[in-house]
Amino acid sequence: MTQELRIVPTDRPPADGKARKVADFRPSLMLGEHGLCPGCGEPVALRILLETLQDLGIVNNSIGVVGHGCYGSFVRIMDVDVLQCLHGRAPSCATGIKRMRPQTAVFTMQGDGDMVNEGLQEVLHTAARGENVTAILLNNGVFGDTGGQQTATTVLGQRTKTSIEGRDPGLHGHPIPVADLVASLDGVGYVARGAVGTAGSIARTKRMIRAAFESQLAGEGFSLVEILTMCPTGWFVGAPQGPDYLAESMEQVFPLGDLRARPKPSGAGA
Amino acid sequence: MNQPRGTVVIDTERCKGCELCIEACPPDVLVMSTEVNETGYRYPLLQSGCTGCTACRMVCPDQVFEVYRFDARGA
Repeated sequence: MTQELRIVPTDRPPADGKARKVADFRPSLMLGEHGLCPGCGEPVALRILLETLQDLGIVNNSIGVVGHGCYGSFVRIMDVDVLQCLHGRAPSCATGIKRMRPQTAVFTMQGDGDMVNEGLQEVLHTAARGENVTAILLNNGVFGDTGGQQTATTVLGQRTKTSIEGRDPGLHGHPIPVADLVASLDGVGYVARGAVGTAGSIARTKRMIRAAFESQLAGEGFSLVEILTMCPTGWFVGAPQGPDYLAESMEQVFPLGDLRARPKPSGAGA
Repeated sequence: MNQPRGTVVIDTERCKGCELCIEACPPDVLVMSTEVNETGYRYPLLQSGCTGCTACRMVCPDQVFEVYRFDARGA
């Protein structure tokens, strides 16, 4: 058991001239450190969002609308034009931006407390109007920024600061699957639900974000990508157990995948 | 045959010790240190056998991994 570990030095790039860098620490659009907890899933979601903007070449032509939550601190470190709105009002502000600047790629970044508790009507009306914007929902099932209270997406039985015995449907009601609600509306181009628990799900979620922006650029209507993120602090689990807890609790209630695929092109070809 | 396929640079001072990379590493070559960094967190160490797959870099919330591949086996 006491096997000698053969540690490889990792404090500097390999001196071997044949080494080829395949991935930077972070995208150049991320300017510095976020101050979020160990094991948080939201910085991962931010990274794949920024990488998607770069991959699509729309960085200089995009405006983000950010709500209130832990991710609100990202406005300091994301090198994209950003407007920060009142709680839950990001889809409405995005509507105004998109109508005045129709050539701009407009996206919102909101948490579950922001979108589903504080601004549920904003996102539903924006979707039903068919506004051509992309909403990114970072769903961790708790109000992380204010200390881990229960939100409208907290799954049944989950312990939070305000449902310390677990969410009880008789007392607290049932979780609201907002992505499914939006997917059922007309005027919606694309809805999907991803997660950032494993490397595979992160790669799939990145493709969903790309599809959502492509849907917006093609003028197909409202697009929403719900991203299930870990909040080990709010869930009372250790940081390494975050992805397992995500898979065992949230992914059972909120299944991953495309909830509304992009409309098929009328002609032949993709 | 012992030629490594990849390696990583780890910015240990920015690590917050969440250990997500340990679980995510497909060849299972990352281990946590026993020492701590300036901010008091343990950080990952690399053993030989890295394939440069970027899984650690994908899951890391604090972006402490930079990934390299060796091109010895063709493109």
